[in-house]
Amino acid sequence: MSAIVLFIATIAAIAGWWLSQQRLAAKPWLEQGIAVDLRGERGSSVPAAKIGLGVFLAVVGSLFALLISAYSMRTTMVDWRELPLPRLVWFNTGVLVISSVALQWALTAARHDDHDGLIAGLLVGGASAVMFLIGQLVVWQQLNIAGYVMASNPANSFFYLITALHGLHVTGGLVALGRATVKLWRGAPMTQMRLSVELCTIYWHFLLLVWLVLLGLLTGWTDNFVDICRQLLT
Amino acid sequence: MVDIPFDQVAGIPPAEVAEVELYHPHSWWTRYVFSQDAKVIAVQYSITAMSIGMVALVLSWMMRLQLGFPGTFSFIDANQYLQFITMHGMIMVIYLLTALFLGGFGNYLIPLMVGARDMVFPYVNMLSYWVYLLAVLVLAATFFVPGGPTGAGWTLYPPQAILSGTPGQDWGIVLMLASLILFIIGFTMGGLNYVVTVLQARTRGMTLMRMPLTVWGIFTATVMALLAFPALFVASVMLLLDRLLGTSFFMPTLVEMGQLTKYGGGSPILFQHLFWFFGHPEVYIVALPAFGIISDLISTHARKNIFGYRMMVWAIVAIGALSFVVWAHHMYVSGMHPYFGFFFATTTLIIAIPTAIKVYNWVLTLWRGDIHLTVPMLFALGFIVTFVNGGLTGLFLGNVVVDVPLSDTMFVVAHFHMVMGIAPIMAVFGGIYHWYPKVTGRMLNDALGRFHFWVTFIGAYAVFFPMHYLGLLGMPRRYHDIGETTFVPASAHDLNAFMSVAALIVGFAQLVFLFNLVWSLFKGKEAGGNPWGATSLEWQTPETPPGHGNWGKELPVVYRWAYDYSVPGAARDFIPQNEPPAKVLAQGAHP
Repeated sequence: MSAIVLFIATIAAIAGWWLSQQRLAAKPWLEQGIAVDLRGERGSSVPAAKIGLGVFLAVVGSLFALLISAYSMRTTMVDWRELPLPRLVWFNTGVLVISSVALQWALTAARHDDHDGLIAGLLVGGASAVMFLIGQLVVWQQLNIAGYVMASNPANSFFYLITALHGLHVTGGLVALGRATVKLWRGAPMTQMRLSVELCTIYWHFLLLVWLVLLGLLTGWTDNFVDICRQLLT
Repeated sequence: MVDIPFDQVAGIPPAEVAEVELYHPHSWWTRYVFSQDAKVIAVQYSITAMSIGMVALVLSWMMRLQLGFPGTFSFIDANQYLQFITMHGMIMVIYLLTALFLGGFGNYLIPLMVGARDMVFPYVNMLSYWVYLLAVLVLAATFFVPGGPTGAGWTLYPPQAILSGTPGQDWGIVLMLASLILFIIGFTMGGLNYVVTVLQARTRGMTLMRMPLTVWGIFTATVMALLAFPALFVASVMLLLDRLLGTSFFMPTLVEMGQLTKYGGGSPILFQHLFWFFGHPEVYIVALPAFGIISDLISTHARKNIFGYRMMVWAIVAIGALSFVVWAHHMYVSGMHPYFGFFFATTTLIIAIPTAIKVYNWVLTLWRGDIHLTVPMLFALGFIVTFVNGGLTGLFLGNVVVDVPLSDTMFVVAHFHMVMGIAPIMAVFGGIYHWYPKVTGRMLNDALGRFHFWVTFIGAYAVFFPMHYLGLLGMPRRYHDIGETTFVPASAHDLNAFMSVAALIVGFAQLVFLFNLVWSLFKGKEAGGNPWGATSLEWQTPETPPGHGNWGKELPVVYRWAYDYSVPGAARDFIPQNEPPAKVLAQGAHP
């Protein structure tokens, strides 16, 4: 459970930092009038949707941290047999990186009112994300053909579960991206588009980060790190 | 620290509020059924939660009938008894209390109390309710599928949860897990709303430290739930895969009915870790909103400011943070390392400190207050008593050496029913009696309310207080029939019969409450806008019940905290949060 405890500690640190900015030591019973509201003074420029996405990412982060915790606990059992990762996984990772870069490009274009660049970025980003998903499905198929089916070993079960949950989150992102693209298609003004594209980009970068962490876990690179964590906590 | 200078006489000009893009319903369907108005969603959540809660109440009757009069009722066999236990626990904890506190009270009170027009993502909020309803329907469907609902116990521990000896192995467990997954998805949608609304949609002047404690409680509980429910989600998905696809996340190598199963190598303890990583914060997800509601009820009905507001806020936050590092105290008998047990016992006992601060502050708020023994106040007092009672037995069970012999006895059942069954439901009732006039514009009947309180309070004690003794005798929980044992004397059986009769009576009192809810809707006394003389914003709406968009043209401006009761020199014994200082000064107050 070290991964999730670390994750919660990180969230707690962020929450603690935020709370420390909120005048929690105020004595409201002595104050009247309009107290200075930090949110009103500088924070309100952050749109609600962006805060909402941030909170949602914390939830998704918690989900994957828990999976990592479960994974690292289960690997210590005797029946664990490592799963050979097909090479295609590396290609898929590259495609996901391209997807993230393309969306960043789209965001830059949106900020510079570059309509064509925005469309190109969104399309490339969306297409490469779809390609990533197809690639992941092909990886599943390759593993299945090679006899690494879901139930034959816990390492396989975790691989399928983790990639499926990550893929589902990418699919959800594609729905949002699709809606943003349709909005642009219908001629929404650039000022409206900026926020949509920014939210998609943040989400894409987050999912890329999650994928890189998961990849490290699945390839065993993080084993040493996990070992250190376990030793620290036991 | 610096106040915006304001004109003493004219007050502060209303905040310039940007035109809010409110969704305006165009038909009966979008107004009352597929509504995006948080108030309607709150009522929908509450009615659904209370309906499924009635099912859980009937299940508890069944269990008590069997325990009190074993062998008398032929329609309750051992399998059904286990199914009743499981569904009673699951429904009460998740589908009733969590949904009612966050989906019901949260949706209704957050926008009104912080001075917002609605939740920030109304569409997602609507979706949240419909997914929750689907989860409830899937749960209810398990009563009608072949084999019936699962009887695995509300903790659903593998391996027994998915083995053939457990009732509901075919369909029950699958639908149960599917329902939980749906619930979590639905809750996440709602939870994002509650958190972001508190963060972003507070009206001008509503600093965090001016929010009523109810909002603080619901807000913190929601943050915890958002982080903790994924653990149940992961555990449910993995258990579902074990059951359906034959994976071995949790399932060890074992022999079932003389046959080696397809499973091997899995770790049941892993499930326990995941489950309780959710399960313990869940206790506080239910308790923190109750803490908040009780604080507001006590302050309002004792006409006195809440004692130690800052401490109350800090305690809520501290409890929320600490509750993530105590989960393994539910697993003392799982064979864990003794040092682990020591660590978790320590963190568990530390939580008692902020909790005790809260209890002292409630009592000190009552001290020399002008206590009005209204029905909400009665329930608030009932909450304090039952919560202290259940909390003290929690100190027993938090210690490993005390817990080990008491584990899996009726003592544990008595403890958690007192602390997270009776106490939160007292807060629910208190809250409903308190805010019903705002929701409907009419008062609940007072005589029926008092009857409801006294029967529920005394009856709940009659059920659960003797249960501690049964537990100390060693009477195990989850047993369909104790049978002939040497350590359980005949008097214990008489006690069981007494508790069962009390449970039946308490259950009927809830029917009186439901009758009151419906009857008062039509025949209740007109409440007016602010029947309790309360300060917080929801009582200052231009209309009662609040209209679409909650406020008139302008959002309220907040000038003070929510607890200005009995301020010396003020004309009235309460000053609403949105009353400008100039107006109070004009009336001759010295705040």
